[in-house]
Amino acid sequence: MSRSHRDESPDRLYVITSGRSGGADEALDAVALVVAESDPAPGMQSEHAAILRLCRGPMAVVEVSAHLGLPLAVTRILLTDLLDGGRITARHPRPAPSPAHPLASPDVLEKVLVALHNL
Amino acid sequence: MHSTTSETPTADPPPSLPPTVDQALKIAVVGGFGVGKTTLVRAVSEIRPLNTEETMTRAGTDVDDLNGVEDKNTTTVAFDFGRITLDSTSVLYLFGAPGQQRFWFLWDRLFSGSLGAVVLVDTRRLGDSFFAIDRLEAQGTPFVVAHNDFGAAEHSLDDIRAALDLDPAVPLVRCDARDRDSAKGVLIALIEHIRTLIAEARR
Repeated sequence: MSRSHRDESPDRLYVITSGRSGGADEALDAVALVVAESDPAPGMQSEHAAILRLCRGPMAVVEVSAHLGLPLAVTRILLTDLLDGGRITARHPRPAPSPAHPLASPDVLEKVLVALHNL
Repeated sequence: MHSTTSETPTADPPPSLPPTVDQALKIAVVGGFGVGKTTLVRAVSEIRPLNTEETMTRAGTDVDDLNGVEDKNTTTVAFDFGRITLDSTSVLYLFGAPGQQRFWFLWDRLFSGSLGAVVLVDTRRLGDSFFAIDRLEAQGTPFVVAHNDFGAAEHSLDDIRAALDLDPAVPLVRCDARDRDSAKGVLIALIEHIRTLIAEARR
């Protein structure tokens, strides 16, 4: 599986993000689904290329983070680079039904129940 | 070089999601260390639970409560998660996360938009769940409490409810987090509870 980023030196994370700690798309939810819109290009930063290979099909931001072995915050920065460059697109989660929003996605709970019963 | 393709695969690649998936949902499983969060996630997940970290810098938070946090500038919490593909358009992610107070400001962001939460308790460390229960109640996030007894029911649910001072409206269920059907039952109890709350809200 992926290497643990707990052993990573902060220096390496600094290099990966070119020293940025902010600038990531705050709207990029942990379960936003990311899809590559292009193949890796020669000379691309290796983490960007790795993301494009991972996301040939939709993959949640949190799953990208786990497979890269990089913290979510760093992963968000890398994904934002690719979003800004049009190399990936993101499918953002829609509001879940809740007592505060009882009319949101009314079929979702049924769907979850059916899937759980079929597990 | 750090890229996933340069690593030797140690297991079958996880099943990829259907290309048509466009809605991801989340459920949080919170509880103290060793209570069985990962075990419960593993019992129902279609992938082996994965692990990552949420990091937050002090500058990025409005909270001033960083008691007990070693590093003054950055706080990092590890969590794991699994997933269940619901159908061709939807997927459910299950997050297992320590529920103690010092971690909560990270969960506020990570779990925003969750369907709801499972608070997993064991009777040796009921106190670990007090803060999570208070916080979920205050947020209005639907939740159920599941007592993970690993198959040995030593305490009555009434005793546990009293010890937790749990609102009578909050479901309290027993489970063996290792058992798929039992873990399923906990999640089903949560969804049924959410349905009830929504029906009441619409009345």
